[in-house]
Amino acid sequence: MKGLRQTEVLVIGGGPAGLSASLEAASLGCQVTLVDSDLALGGQLIKQTHKFFGSKDERAGTRGFKISEILLEELERYKDRVKVHMNCTATGFYREDGVVSCVIGEDEYFRIKPDKIVMATGAQERLLPFPNNHLPGVYGAGAVQTLMNVYGVAPGKRVLMVGAGNIGLIVSYQLMQAGVEIAGIVEAMDRVGGYWVHAAKVRRMGVPIYLRHTIKEALGDRVVAGAVIQEIDDRFQPVGKEIQVDVDIICMAVGLTPTCELLWQAGCEMVFVPQLCGHVAQRDLFMRTSHPDIWVAGDAAGIEEASAAMVEGRIAGVGVARSLGKGDSSEHSKRLEEYRRRLADLRGGEVGQKICQGLECCTVNEWGV
Amino acid sequence: MVMNLIEKHPILEFKHGKKVKFTFDGDEMEGYEDEPIAAALHANGVRIYRVTPKREQTRGFFCAIGKCSSCFMVVDGVPNVRTCVTPLKTGMRVETQRGKGVIAMDAE
Repeated sequence: MKGLRQTEVLVIGGGPAGLSASLEAASLGCQVTLVDSDLALGGQLIKQTHKFFGSKDERAGTRGFKISEILLEELERYKDRVKVHMNCTATGFYREDGVVSCVIGEDEYFRIKPDKIVMATGAQERLLPFPNNHLPGVYGAGAVQTLMNVYGVAPGKRVLMVGAGNIGLIVSYQLMQAGVEIAGIVEAMDRVGGYWVHAAKVRRMGVPIYLRHTIKEALGDRVVAGAVIQEIDDRFQPVGKEIQVDVDIICMAVGLTPTCELLWQAGCEMVFVPQLCGHVAQRDLFMRTSHPDIWVAGDAAGIEEASAAMVEGRIAGVGVARSLGKGDSSEHSKRLEEYRRRLADLRGGEVGQKICQGLECCTVNEWGV
Repeated sequence: MVMNLIEKHPILEFKHGKKVKFTFDGDEMEGYEDEPIAAALHANGVRIYRVTPKREQTRGFFCAIGKCSSCFMVVDGVPNVRTCVTPLKTGMRVETQRGKGVIAMDAE
């Protein structure tokens, strides 16, 4: 076993939240180690080709992958303070000594003892139960985006999209940009869940959106060769006739849930918050969890948009620096005030109301530590 | 076999790295170095990556973030490699994984 590594701050996850937390902590003088399980930094940002909403402070009007480039340029300035490990998964948190185990690739293990940790582990996709959902060709929406927007590989020829939330709508549009046909979008609710502008874009392209419909089964023996969809009633029971759709890809965009295994392992106080799409850690206004050395930010703290994840990451970064005595307290207060205002702006709209309700269920003013 | 890649895109410009050769179940294929093995296979039209131990169902690409275990394959003799987050290298031997895979033990 190799020796135990040390770091002041370990940031787990290099998406919008983790990058922002790393930048913020480094800018206040912290030594940061950033680990990310993927092959490139930026998390989901690198595959977002659409222009972001939100506020000007969070780069509304800029395409997601450009935002990632901007963050990486900023990271370049702090490269002497931020050590990055790519293709590196944090596999465990050991409560007795606060050590985190990590593996680079498939077999290069190391252990690291951070003073403070920011868990910015993001989210994972939900799947629906239906016959043959295991067949190759049933892909998560994020996976489809990775394949086509990062690596330039079309996932298939004709796609059934399941879910008309923002992800389902945006990915449908992106698939068409990549030259892939969309057979239709099914949505179990009686209305489109995503923003109207995204729905309008795909409708203008002639894509049918089947409301109150669900996928009944995937067809095919070894790979997806089609799908059956059916109308459902108010209690989500199938009614009406089955429609067979000729597709080779079924793309699942039925929501995300926070990735929180490490938070559970660390014994953080967790609470189930439907508005935030799953179990989340209780946190204070600095994004600190009930564990005095662990902060949380981004989708891992509750499913929201990347813009909010970036601000939460900044707040967590300041929180960590503050607890390590890095930077002066007037600077901390100034930044926190600014970031909290920006978060409030982002959450000001109708969609933000649900998030705010959710946050009320898991936020404390400050832990008594 | 020719790689099937998106050629025209209204927004994105794909910057691929070096083209390398690898094999899939003995067949020679091309892919880009340091891109995920799974992406290279998909570009070559390969969609079945493993067969499950009990019910012998096919599995392929699914989450693309190294979490779901759907894309486990045998790479250079090592089973259960997450091909969606493992970078492709020249000369790699990629094989469909049947069942749980056998871990090679050291000879001594």
